[in-house]
Amino acid sequence: MGDAAPRRPQSSDPASIELWFDYVYLRSNPRGCLDEYVHHSGGCRSWLVVTRDTQTHEVFAVVTAREFASGRNGIET
Amino acid sequence: VTSFRLPQGGQIDRSAALGFTFDGKRFDGHPGDTLASALLANGVRLLGRSFKYHRPRGLISAGTSEPNALVELREGGRKEANTRATTIELYDGLVAKSQNRWPSLDFDLGALNSFAAPIFVAGFYYKTFMWPKSFWEKLYEPAIRRMAGLGSASREADPDTYEKCYAHCDLLVIGSGPTGLMAALAAARANARVILADEGSRFGGSLLFENEEIDGKSGLEWANGVLAELASAPNVTLLPRTTIFGWYDGNVFGAVERVNDHVAVPPPHEPRQRYWRIIAKRAVLAAGAEERPIVFGRNDVPGVMLASAVRAYLNRYAVACGRAAVVFTNNDSGYRTARDLQARGVGVEAIIDSRAEAKANAGGAPVLFGRTITGVIGGKGVSGVTLSDGTRLKCDVVAMAGGYSPIVNLTCQRGAKPRWNADIAGFVPPPTDGLFVAAGSAAGKMLLSECLADGAAAGAHDGKRPPVPRCRDETFAISPLWWVKSSTGRAFVDYQNDATADDLLLAEREGYTDVEHIKRYTTTGMATDQGKLGNVNAIAILAGAQGKTIEQVGTTTFRPFYAPVCFGVLAGPFAGRHFQPVRKSPLHEWAADLGATFVDAGLWLRSAWFPRAGEIWLASADREVRNARERVGICDVSTLGKVDVQGRDAGAFLDRLYCNTFSALAVGRARYGIMLREDGIVFDDGTTSRLAEDHFLMTTTTANAGRVMSHMEFCHQALWPDLDVTYVSVTEQWAQMAVAGPKARATMQKIVDGITLDDTTFPYLAAKEITVLGGIAARLFRISFSGEHAYELAVPADYGSMTAHAVMQAGEEFGIAPYGTEALSIMRIEKGHVAGGELNGTTTAADLGLGRMMSTKKDYIGRVMATREGLTDRHRQCLVGLRAVNKSDRIRAGSHLLKKDDTPSMANDQGYLSSVAWSPMLDRWIGLALLANGRERHGEVLTVFDGLRNRHIRGEVCDHVHYDRENTKLHA
Repeated sequence: MGDAAPRRPQSSDPASIELWFDYVYLRSNPRGCLDEYVHHSGGCRSWLVVTRDTQTHEVFAVVTAREFASGRNGIET
Repeated sequence: VTSFRLPQGGQIDRSAALGFTFDGKRFDGHPGDTLASALLANGVRLLGRSFKYHRPRGLISAGTSEPNALVELREGGRKEANTRATTIELYDGLVAKSQNRWPSLDFDLGALNSFAAPIFVAGFYYKTFMWPKSFWEKLYEPAIRRMAGLGSASREADPDTYEKCYAHCDLLVIGSGPTGLMAALAAARANARVILADEGSRFGGSLLFENEEIDGKSGLEWANGVLAELASAPNVTLLPRTTIFGWYDGNVFGAVERVNDHVAVPPPHEPRQRYWRIIAKRAVLAAGAEERPIVFGRNDVPGVMLASAVRAYLNRYAVACGRAAVVFTNNDSGYRTARDLQARGVGVEAIIDSRAEAKANAGGAPVLFGRTITGVIGGKGVSGVTLSDGTRLKCDVVAMAGGYSPIVNLTCQRGAKPRWNADIAGFVPPPTDGLFVAAGSAAGKMLLSECLADGAAAGAHDGKRPPVPRCRDETFAISPLWWVKSSTGRAFVDYQNDATADDLLLAEREGYTDVEHIKRYTTTGMATDQGKLGNVNAIAILAGAQGKTIEQVGTTTFRPFYAPVCFGVLAGPFAGRHFQPVRKSPLHEWAADLGATFVDAGLWLRSAWFPRAGEIWLASADREVRNARERVGICDVSTLGKVDVQGRDAGAFLDRLYCNTFSALAVGRARYGIMLREDGIVFDDGTTSRLAEDHFLMTTTTANAGRVMSHMEFCHQALWPDLDVTYVSVTEQWAQMAVAGPKARATMQKIVDGITLDDTTFPYLAAKEITVLGGIAARLFRISFSGEHAYELAVPADYGSMTAHAVMQAGEEFGIAPYGTEALSIMRIEKGHVAGGELNGTTTAADLGLGRMMSTKKDYIGRVMATREGLTDRHRQCLVGLRAVNKSDRIRAGSHLLKKDDTPSMANDQGYLSSVAWSPMLDRWIGLALLANGRERHGEVLTVFDGLRNRHIRGEVCDHVHYDRENTKLHA
């Protein structure tokens, strides 16, 4: 899934389609620090957001996708 | 043939003789020999032909870097092509053949290529064979492949086995020369878990062939003492014959151990090779340094060798590479070769030293300073050299000492580039994180004392390090000479790929400035030796041509594998039927009892048809369909994905996953659902049943079960964590069987407990938790994929086979028969139900005629993107039925559809047949197709073009439901 930054648009209005294009297709692939989705598919089945340096593979932080989403939603409201 | 074996010395066992054949000719060698040393001892110098020009070639090196002496080793299923004679340990009965020659190694017609050399220059493939285009595939490529080839693979299965294993250690030491031994010793004495790996059959590295003195003993005696200590230490694992080929994330190393390549046939229960994954806390690269050739005229004539290889054959194998040697050097190490040769009675005609002066000890051999070799005389063997001052010298071996390249490969495999060190004229490893460090000559330390000290420091553990032994150092001074520009004749940079200095300059003139481009254009460094010998020379020649420094030109990318690795060991034991685990349905035993033929379907083994005596698959499937449509059939559908979904928000969750609505579904009912991807394309389909207010049971397609589960987890956890819902895959927990046909109700009525299966209590799309056979928990669904009056019955997996047998017994009086996935597929095509051929990642719900299922009253995955212009275009390909105009014509899945009189082309393409079956009910071939604007084209006659067989058939577009359009049978 890669970059965890894109947020699913709230609106289902077809007029919001530009937001949807960005959400579905735009992913950052920086050289350096990136929040990315990782699925612990062979284990607890959690989706995680791993903060990783794509160049060195150094991992700085891991939170569950649930925590990540709740955190974002919390800031928003 | 006179023997080139010296009367004494070497690490060979002269008391035993090993017989072997090369190109059908018999020779003898000794234990301790390689194929190369044994051939050389027998006076065989011509070992191969070069790739492009078919030039005669002999040994260059004595190890892994060997570019020329590639042979086909062994025969039959054990044949291994492109094996380096320098790394093959001799065994009794060894059979090897030379490669890339016809009709024989000695007389090779392909050598005519040499006369056509002007057309074989850099980029010749691109330049010469471009026109006419059609000739490439038919004429040029096959011809080139025949002429420019390596060995041929065996067409027989490999009878040997391969293993994989894991190891963890505190310190991995790669290489067992003086540096590696000291590193291993230091760590071993500090009680660290040590793995010492070396690609050779014996430990010792350079000490196996260099005359050194350490701690007052010979280098070899010192090494043997250290090895004895290491071998007796319980915390040390010794891995000889093991090549560390790659360095990966997490300090993980890949290695191949050649357990039994040194014998003809591995002993019973032993693998030929073993693949190691070594997870090391720390690792030391002590792989040493590779000697470089010098680029000069005709430097490929057999007899021109690396000086260090000459010493290796001389000292380790007691083989003289010739009778009269010339040493060509740009550094002090060449003098060592001259001394060693003279000490063993081989004449040294001269040391040609390109430098103006040197302090090294020539051991009495004449030294010609400030001169170079411009050309080699001789065809299939050296007979002399021409010097830059015009002098000619007679000799039969030329020892090249071009300087040393530290073997940095592993340290650069994760993206870092090596650094240039002008003092030693070689690339050295990049700085690392300290968990993997290079030491000794791999790190550019060129003196023995430095190597011993460096190894001890690198292996030090908990601050403990052993005392560094005393030794005597050679001198090391180099003044680079890469290429003798005044050469006469071709001066090879990459031997195996026949790339010359002129090729590099031509590529440079033609505008290829980047070293990576030049590599690919000239193929320098792209042979099986991956430029181990030639790359630094190539870089230096380019630097000269471009007026840059060597560091500015830089190296090409170092990637695993360090040395060739065979496919067998990568596959390990996972070959043939062990390729993947076999996943059996809970009804497998039942189906096997009834004589099913099974097919692989994804990970599953599924019962495909149940043949009776004399029936082929089509006859069996035909009968199974008729039986289900006319009487009653039973089919294993356990492989469908099943997901149990529970919670207060279970309905809301399903509403967001599927394009249609489930929250309004009544308890006890089932509904077909379509799931989209977020981009609006159909992802999966299946029925979902509501077992209780807060309890649903989803089904997915067999193929997508895993992906749908991951998708659900993502949607819930990452998108809507607030939903009160939980879900688990229960695919494996339930055996599920479809019972279909006019007598399905009568059959099922006999096994259910206390429920009447009429249309009031159990109507179409009913879904209930019941019991069967007097108390077995079950789930019964009145759903149909076949279009018949049908049920799906799920029971706990362990009751599956027993229940299926009971259903068979109950249906016996009605003529029940099992049907497999073939009949299932025929019936769904007859009914126009979509499956994998149509749910193929390109279709929308509307394309499949299911657009009306897309709710406009709620948010769901894919809703907005499905409204995109491109996905709603009325000219999109959509689902239709198709049948041949001529009833006896067979249509084929994958055929493309064209307007009646159009010729096949991309522009004329109208769509394709996605699924095809022989319909027993309609007595003809029928298909489902995706056709542009298809819904408005029913009745149109098209051309059905089967490009594989080049067949054109007339087909008529029709409704996708071929059979029982009114669904009278479904509701019967």
